[in-house]
Amino acid sequence: MHSVDTTAAIPALDDAPLVVGGITLASRLVVGTGKYATYAEMARCLGVSGTDCVTVAVRRERLINAAGENILDHLDAARYSLLPNTAGCYSADDAVRVARLGRELLRDMGSATSEWVKLEVLGDTKTLLPDPVGTLEATEKLVADGFSVLVYTSDDPVIAKRLKGLGAASVMPAGSPIGSGQGVLNANNLRICLEYLKDGDPAYPVIVDAGVGTASDVAFAMELGADGVLLNTAIAHAQDPVRMAAAMRAACQAGRLAFLAGRMPRRLYATASSPDDGRIVRPT
Amino acid sequence: MSSDITSSPPEVAVTVNGVARALAAGSSLRDLIEALGFAGRPIAVEVDGDVVPRAALANRTLVGGEQIEIVTFVGGG
Repeated sequence: MHSVDTTAAIPALDDAPLVVGGITLASRLVVGTGKYATYAEMARCLGVSGTDCVTVAVRRERLINAAGENILDHLDAARYSLLPNTAGCYSADDAVRVARLGRELLRDMGSATSEWVKLEVLGDTKTLLPDPVGTLEATEKLVADGFSVLVYTSDDPVIAKRLKGLGAASVMPAGSPIGSGQGVLNANNLRICLEYLKDGDPAYPVIVDAGVGTASDVAFAMELGADGVLLNTAIAHAQDPVRMAAAMRAACQAGRLAFLAGRMPRRLYATASSPDDGRIVRPT
Repeated sequence: MSSDITSSPPEVAVTVNGVARALAAGSSLRDLIEALGFAGRPIAVEVDGDVVPRAALANRTLVGGEQIEIVTFVGGG
């Protein structure tokens, strides 16, 4: 049985909510809808994760078995903001095409996030690393076309700055390759991304997208000062996805709280927590 | 044997999601969507690279040779 209530023990965050492209999100977790064993399991995981923003992909409607289930039958449109992606696109033009189809689907549904796109322009099939040139080109085109572009990118601070300069609604650096579960591999690059992107603009949303393997990866990204984390496989391919969804929710809140609280400085040597005064013995 | 081609109703040939398909001449995109059983379902339609909004489907008559994509949402990250 899963009846984890991760909210009860956590005090009020006293925190401004995350706003992306004019939409206010209650949760700082964005969760993908791919790779779940069943739609029912997906729906339970999303609910337990506490997310109110989920990604979806745009694919050909099946010409056979067209009466089959659609993922939208299992996603409460009133509860979740839908963020369509351009996953599987390897050129700027392809990504723009797919983004426009996602927008049309959302407009047809009357969705408040119809102008949103999670832009992915991939460089190669083995790494799924972003193509920085294609990503810049597609960002420029989509912004000009009125999209709120949430852009998947590498942890390169220079590219991140360029993407923001082109008008991306959120820059989303990868912690490590998509679906790799390696967590945040280059914390220093992420720190620089955060510093550059938030310079004079502290509310600019930076979401760590991709690479999360387990809860501590989420907490770590949030402790660095990310505004949110986007993940999918870490929940969907956990041994117990529903329990992992609860862990991700708690980790996201814990990491955010720790960031807001401000961590103590690191020191090379120990400092005793118990007083020296009043000891009945002496150090040898 | 001779076949009387004039007795066959004229058709237009299009490609839908990569599959060749023939429709009665004069068919609209909306006719195609209905023939495929997609009416009322969450879909978006692209013809030759351009999105055709749902409201415009009925007025878009197929002339033949169109590359048509009909998409929906699926799970993804």
